[in-house]
Amino acid sequence: MAAGTQGEYKLPLPRMRGPAAEFYKFCKAHELRFQRCTDCGTWRHIPRDMCAKCGSFNFEWARSSGKGAVFSWTVVSQPMLPQFAPLVPYAPAVVELEEGVRMVSWVTDVKPDDLALGMPVEVVFDDVTPEATLPKFRRRR
Amino acid sequence: MESLKDKACIVGVGESAFTRGSGKTELQLMLEASAMALNDAGLKPHDIDGIVGPPLGASAEHFAANLGIEDLRYSAYVQMGGASPVVALQSAAMAVAFGVANCVLVPCGWNGYSVMRVSAGGQGGSGSAPPGPLAATIGAYYLPYGAVAPVQWYAWLATRHMKLYGTPFETMGTIAVTSRKNAQLNPWAYMRGRPLTMDDYLKSRWVSYPFRLYDCCLETDAAGAVIVTSPERARDLRRPPVYISGVAEGHPYPADDIPARPDPFVIGLTFAAPKAFRMAEVTPQDLDFAEIYDCFTYVVMLQIEALGLCKRGEVKDFVTPERIGLDGELPVNTHGGLHSEAHVWGINHIVEATRQLRHECGERQVKGAEVGLVTGWGDFGDGGLAILRR
Repeated sequence: MAAGTQGEYKLPLPRMRGPAAEFYKFCKAHELRFQRCTDCGTWRHIPRDMCAKCGSFNFEWARSSGKGAVFSWTVVSQPMLPQFAPLVPYAPAVVELEEGVRMVSWVTDVKPDDLALGMPVEVVFDDVTPEATLPKFRRRR
Repeated sequence: MESLKDKACIVGVGESAFTRGSGKTELQLMLEASAMALNDAGLKPHDIDGIVGPPLGASAEHFAANLGIEDLRYSAYVQMGGASPVVALQSAAMAVAFGVANCVLVPCGWNGYSVMRVSAGGQGGSGSAPPGPLAATIGAYYLPYGAVAPVQWYAWLATRHMKLYGTPFETMGTIAVTSRKNAQLNPWAYMRGRPLTMDDYLKSRWVSYPFRLYDCCLETDAAGAVIVTSPERARDLRRPPVYISGVAEGHPYPADDIPARPDPFVIGLTFAAPKAFRMAEVTPQDLDFAEIYDCFTYVVMLQIEALGLCKRGEVKDFVTPERIGLDGELPVNTHGGLHSEAHVWGINHIVEATRQLRHECGERQVKGAEVGLVTGWGDFGDGGLAILRR
């Protein structure tokens, strides 16, 4: 568990409105799912009403393998929100999943200085509150 | 009409004082800048009949009410963050070219230091989530991981560029040091009198790796205004016109999420630049200077590659003090930019380009400047550019 997440959870929770509520509902069940067009099979994230490739309104929430690789990251030394101050330095990373979609998350078991492009990672679920579960990642060896 | 080339021109520019504590509202600051622009042009407030309003702080109708514009014939807004002012030139030029309006005011400004900063109790400007379509993405998918500010989002691009292409910190430092050097010759610049060396840059504290303090622009209370009219109307005005020879906007795809982009280095400017160069019938080699939106040092470098000034990954070789300095082949941010003059959402880049092309810049004047470039960057990489000529 990342520092600062023990005890009462003080960090901002995701705003779960519309399709974000769906995304996080699956996270709560410890399933990483993304929208996939049921007409042309294209995966997408963030969620959309339409498939940008074929124009279809039809989609399913398809389960991701949860395996991916680090696409990029930053290491925050000066938190812009005070809630994150106890965590610095922390590293919001972009992870590319095997299915091709990318998402923002944390790699929980790697020090910021040790992150590298292409580092293999896999999803883990952090039940930060009874309502919210955040998908995070750990190094995959 | 085949294109907007030279169908409209900038005839007046103005700026408020650049401070940290204006004690004024954003509307007041922008009205002061507007009054200066009117005076610069030799126009009266009632001559304005079109307004491309600012992305925040006041509406076009607020301006009309203060300026006594009884018949506001055209109003519009551009919601592209820091790209808004330069893209507003496109709207203004269209309105003028088609006779929808004769004289269009483009104001922009904010209390970026005294009101907007998070630490000043504000919602943040360069420090937190902008409104609009980005807010949904940030709130749902970035916020829980503490990625809430431009310095963090754009760092994702910078980190990847550095790792893929071996781009060194010194390239970013050259942007910062050059801006600061230019600002020493600019009486309006907030950082005049405070030089910066590469050593200072490299020793400055981390904000969000790979960005240090001096990779980040200033936060200031500041406003600017620009007036656009037709070449015919410009003839009997006070200053020589500066023609809008090429102008275009562009949006990254998708614009509302940075991680999802197939190629993260394809930004709004990538789409816009070829259109504007084609319209103006110039090439990058024809530019006498470039005022490049500089919220962060790497964002200048990203735009230099997107503009086609050099190839992908080669910005480390392109950006040298010799090339981008005032006496160089392509002087960049001759006024000091957002880094060292003031953060005015890039409208100060348009004001500076206009003054450079009117040869009014004194010690920092680019000798013989005939053609100049202004870019804008905003939100998650929206972009725009204008190619201006005297």
